[in-house]
Amino acid sequence: MSLLIYAESADGKFKKVAFELASYAKKVAESIGTTVTAVTVNAGNVSDLSKYGVDKVLKVSNDKLNNFNAKAFADVIKQAAQKESSKIILLSSTTDSLYMAPIVAIGLDAGFASNVVGLPLSTSPFQVKRTAFSNKAFNITEINTDVKLVSLAKNSYGVFESASAATEEDFVPSLNDADFNVKVESVEKSTGKVTIADADVVVSGGRGLKGPENWGILEDLAGVLGAATACSKPVSDLGWRPHSEHVGQTGKPVAANLYVAVGVSGAIQHIAGINSSKVKVVINTDADAPFFKVADYGIVGDALEILPRLTQKLAEFKAQNDK
Amino acid sequence: MKILVCISHVPDTTSKINFVNGDTEFDTNGVQYVINPNDEFGLTRAIWFQEQQGANVTVVNVGGADAEATLRKALAIGANEAIRVNATPTDGFFVAKQLAEVAKNGGYDLIICGKESLDYNGGMVPGMLASLLNYNFVNSCIEVTITGTSAKAAREIDGGKETISASLPLVIGGQKGLVEEKDLRIPNMRGIMTARTKVLTVLEPVTANNNTKAVKFEKPAPKSAVKLFAADDLDGLINALHNEAKVI
Repeated sequence: MSLLIYAESADGKFKKVAFELASYAKKVAESIGTTVTAVTVNAGNVSDLSKYGVDKVLKVSNDKLNNFNAKAFADVIKQAAQKESSKIILLSSTTDSLYMAPIVAIGLDAGFASNVVGLPLSTSPFQVKRTAFSNKAFNITEINTDVKLVSLAKNSYGVFESASAATEEDFVPSLNDADFNVKVESVEKSTGKVTIADADVVVSGGRGLKGPENWGILEDLAGVLGAATACSKPVSDLGWRPHSEHVGQTGKPVAANLYVAVGVSGAIQHIAGINSSKVKVVINTDADAPFFKVADYGIVGDALEILPRLTQKLAEFKAQNDK
Repeated sequence: MKILVCISHVPDTTSKINFVNGDTEFDTNGVQYVINPNDEFGLTRAIWFQEQQGANVTVVNVGGADAEATLRKALAIGANEAIRVNATPTDGFFVAKQLAEVAKNGGYDLIICGKESLDYNGGMVPGMLASLLNYNFVNSCIEVTITGTSAKAAREIDGGKETISASLPLVIGGQKGLVEEKDLRIPNMRGIMTARTKVLTVLEPVTANNNTKAVKFEKPAPKSAVKLFAADDLDGLINALHNEAKVI
C-alpha cells in the first residue's frame, strides 16, 4: 500500500525534481498513514533520497535502460507499483516522465492527473488541483479509479528535508523485447548549458533587444545568475534565436523561481507559458507593456543600457554574498 | 499510407478564460474556437505526406456538433475526410478509448495527435491511445519521416533532441517543429468550397469510463501591482530580489 514515486536521475545523479517529488510524497503519505517507496533506474548512490523522507528504494540497474525508453520505463514503474501494491503513484513533470505517464496509466488502469500543484485537497474522494487553460486557470480534478497517477508540476511544492532511514533493495523487473520497439538512434544534447527545463532562473529576451548581435549581454546576465536563456516567439520566428529557446504557450513552459523578461512586451500567449514562475521581473522601455501587469518587479528603461550595469551589480552582490 | 490526425477543438489562444455555473463550466460566451495549435502542426505535416507520398488523411474529433466547424477547417486545409465521435470530451481516457475504436476500424499507419490540448493540458490522450492500440509511440515529436513500413522521428528532450526509429503503425504526440509556423496553411477559397462536399461521418461513442472528473475551476488570485524601480536604482531591485522575494 506504500505510495510509489519514480525518482528521476540523469547520468547517475538525481534531478532536483526527484527531491521535490519525494518531499511531496512524504507529506501525502503521512496524511494517509503510509510510507514512501521510490523506484530508481541506474541512479548510482541512492542514499540522498532518505533525506527527503523516502522509506524504501527499489533500485533498478540495467544497461538497456541507459537511454530513456518510455515503454520500458513504464513497465518498470508498473511492476514496482504491483510489487508494492501501491494505490498512489507520483511522477515529476519532466519531458520523460510525461512521455511515459499515460502508458503507466493504461497499464495500471489508473486515472491520471497532470500538472498538479499543491497537496491533494482531499484523499477520499481523491481531489487535486492542477493548472489548465495554459496556466490561465486551475482545475480541480477528481480521480475515481482505484489506482491513482499524478504528475507534480515543477517548483510547485518545494524541497523539504525529512530524515528517514531508507532501506535499499535491488529490483529486477521483467522486460521483454517489445519494450524496446521504439529505438533511440542518437541523442544530441547541449552540454555545459543550463536547460530551460532544469533552470531555477530563466532570463528571456524579446524584440526589445533589437537584434541577435545583442544577445551577449543577456547571456552575461544569465551567466551571473546561473540561468538558462530563453526568448519570445517573435525572436525565434525572426531566426535571432533557435526555436528550442522559444517559451510561451506554443513553446516551452517555464516554471522557474525567477523569470527575468528583457524587452518582452508580454503577449497573452507568452505570459501563459511562463506564468507558473514564482517571481517575474520585467525590463522594458514601454511602461504600458502588458508584462508590467503580471510582473512582480519592473524597470522602465532601455535594456541595452541597463543589462550591462545590472550584470555588473549582480556580480558584485554575488561576490559579497557568497563569501 | 493512411494517416489519422486527431484534432481538439479549443479556445483561441488569446481567449479570456472565465467560468460559469458556480465555476464548474468553461464560459464559451464570445470565445472563438480553433484547431488546437499542436494538432495544427501535425495536420500540416500530414498534408505534406499526402502531397509528397500520396497519403490519405482522415481527421477525427471527439466532440459535439459545434466542433464540426473546426473539422471543416481541417478539410479545407486539405484532409480527405473527417470523423466526429458524438460525445462531450470530459476525460482523457474516455477520449483515448473513442479514438482507439476509430483507429482499429480504420487501420491507419500513422496517427498524429498534438502532444497536449491548450484547454485542459492533460497531455495524456496520445500515449493512452498508443497503449490501448499497442502501437509504437513517440511523444513531443518534432520530426517524422516514413519509408515503407518504418518511421524515423525526433523528439524534444530537456536540453536537446533524440533521434528515434520505430516501425509502423505509430502514434505521435506532435508539436511545433513537425512543420514550421510559417508553413501552417490558411484555407483558400477553393479548399473551403471543396471541404463542403467532403465526407464528415458522425459516429456514436463506445462505452468507456471517465477515470477523472473536472469538479471545479478557479482563476488565479489577482496579482498585486508591480513594484517599479528607476533605471538607476538597480541596487533597489537587487535588494528586493534578495531580501523580499528571496530568489537570489
